[in-house]
Amino acid sequence: MEKKNLAYRCDGSFHGILCCVYEIYTKKEFPACILTPESPATLYPEKWIETDKAHGERVWRSLPQKLGRQGARMVRDGYWTCVPEKELLLCRFIVKGYRYGPQISEMLADDTVNALRQALKHLYNEAHLFCGFARFSVQGQVMTGVITPKNRVLPLVKEHFCSRYPEEYFLLYDKTHREALMHQPGRGEIIPMEEFIPNAPDEVERNFRRLWKKFYDTVAIRERENPRCRMTHMPKRYWGDMTEFQEEETLVSPSLPPKEGANALPGAAR
Amino acid sequence: MTPMEKLEILTDAAKYDAACTSSGIDRKSGPGGIGNSTACGICHSFAADGRCISLLKVLFSNACIYDCEYCLNRRSNQTRRASFTPRELAELTIGFYRRNYIEGLFLSSGVIKNPDYTCEQLIETLRILREEYRFGGYIHAKAIPGADPLLLSRLGTLADRMSVNIELPSEASLHRLAPEKSRDSILRPMGLISGKIRENSTELVRYRHAPRFSPAGQSTQMIIGATPETDWQILRLTESLYQKYSLKRVFFSAYVPVNSTALLPPSNTKPPLLREHRLYQADWLLRFYGFSARELLDEEHPDFNPLIDPKCNWAIHHMEQFPVEINRAEYEMLLRVPGIGVKSARAILTARRSTALDFGDLKKLGVVLKRAQYFITCRGKALRGLYVTPDTALRNLITEQGRALLPGEQMEQLSFFDTPSLLDAKKAATLLPA
Ligand code: SF4
Repeated sequence: MEKKNLAYRCDGSFHGILCCVYEIYTKKEFPACILTPESPATLYPEKWIETDKAHGERVWRSLPQKLGRQGARMVRDGYWTCVPEKELLLCRFIVKGYRYGPQISEMLADDTVNALRQALKHLYNEAHLFCGFARFSVQGQVMTGVITPKNRVLPLVKEHFCSRYPEEYFLLYDKTHREALMHQPGRGEIIPMEEFIPNAPDEVERNFRRLWKKFYDTVAIRERENPRCRMTHMPKRYWGDMTEFQEEETLVSPSLPPKEGANALPGAAR
Repeated sequence: MTPMEKLEILTDAAKYDAACTSSGIDRKSGPGGIGNSTACGICHSFAADGRCISLLKVLFSNACIYDCEYCLNRRSNQTRRASFTPRELAELTIGFYRRNYIEGLFLSSGVIKNPDYTCEQLIETLRILREEYRFGGYIHAKAIPGADPLLLSRLGTLADRMSVNIELPSEASLHRLAPEKSRDSILRPMGLISGKIRENSTELVRYRHAPRFSPAGQSTQMIIGATPETDWQILRLTESLYQKYSLKRVFFSAYVPVNSTALLPPSNTKPPLLREHRLYQADWLLRFYGFSARELLDEEHPDFNPLIDPKCNWAIHHMEQFPVEINRAEYEMLLRVPGIGVKSARAILTARRSTALDFGDLKKLGVVLKRAQYFITCRGKALRGLYVTPDTALRNLITEQGRALLPGEQMEQLSFFDTPSLLDAKKAATLLPA
């Protein structure tokens, strides 16, 4: 396989990336980078890789046999990560996997494998955190929540929330990636959503928020205060969407213009 | 009294309990219900003291008829008293749970009227949650010492985890500070619960649908630093609790002076957080690393070295067992190397199947080389090809850990190195800034 001074550009979808793998194999070449529609231009000559569902499927179906179930899963989940140059990393991993077979997922000392594992660790860890840090507001029958994750965590937290609230109608909005997990009894799906603006909380909801904030403030032991430890476990960027860190004004009536700084958090969380 | 006031009083009264984990059981929600449980546990927030908030941790009531010296809620204290009603508390739990504030409920209580009555109130709360709301989230219930065994059994079929606090690390201390409690009144329910759990697991083998009893096991906690026991006594007690009662966890709670009486440390005493931390580290070594209490401490060395963690301390005293070769050592031995944890030991086993590992690789596997370097070789070579004496290793380990431990003390750190032997915990303790 020949390393080429060439940039691939694909549509950035999962199948788009798999089609890059297809191209790599049929042309026996390896690009210097893989761009998506959002990436800026580079100095490399570019080649557009069309997303062909059939080619993508062929690569996808080959993965469990060639890379093993674990390897295939790493590719699938790898797509949800936010690692820079994710597309190139995934292609590298697949190419390597074709060469070494299922043991690829155990080659922990290999740089490519390690890079993907670190990215996955970040993803899984963030998904786990959001199982706890996401907050819902209740309005009659419906519950809504907003999160601002770095990785695309919704596919990973879907099962957890659907199993937690089997009888509820809920929506969990990922502001970063503009998609929402929608659930009604018996059915949950993730759909793209440009924008989501929650309704103002009603009196019951406001009351629960106040109760929670009271609990949060009371449960800490003053003599053990440890801001650094709190920050390690729960970095500031998560605070923006969490009820317990909202100012009383926003907590009670978010329709009022927020105080300077009070609303800086959600934006800063990006 | 408003629910807000009750919540404030009864949270304040419960916050010194260290246990707040929601771990130990995987469960999907039942039909028509709400709530699941995840074996690894989920933290929903972290309080200003850095502790995980996973459960709504409250007392049912703080109107206690007992008079334990170390407790804020003792009857002779002048403090605001409050009690929930079972329904109030169940509704609050569900309201918090729907909003994803919590994984479930941690319910304890002062003794109101008598132990049986108290236990009945807890049972009614859990019954509403489990039967009326079909709540499948996590529930940790405190067994009330002295309550009827039948009531405790009922409580155990509603809860995921039960605990009885051992409170203080020795019978003598208990006698002095908690006159209405006795070792026996604590150990009896503990024995009852562990017996029930064991019985239940054989039942479950025979009938799959037998009701489960405290499926996430049993835990306990003790207060550290209110009484004169040594780390060795505490750790030995901990070990025997794990062995005798198959406890899932023993929690340690650094004593925060809440009352001032002649029997307790003066009220300006700082909670012994570092000591608590060392005990937790040792507890991990017992549970996951195959250490026994006697390997870590003994009558001659009854306290942990505050400057260095228990595993490093053990390694330094057993240099004859090192260095170990990363590419050949057994899992059990890898676990004993400072800087290698359960995850990185497993990663080493996996990774060395496909290649011979060197030091660069170990970093990728999550090994803390700064610590591990003195105790390992890779492909037969030590990291710097240096001959390391226990003393150099120790000095360097102390600087490394000391940094994390004593913010702003880096400069003074150096003075530690002037002392001839840092291996002695007592001497080392005098060097620590108060
Ligand atoms: S029994 Fe003792 S420790 Fe428990 S609440 Fe009453 S006074 Fe406090």
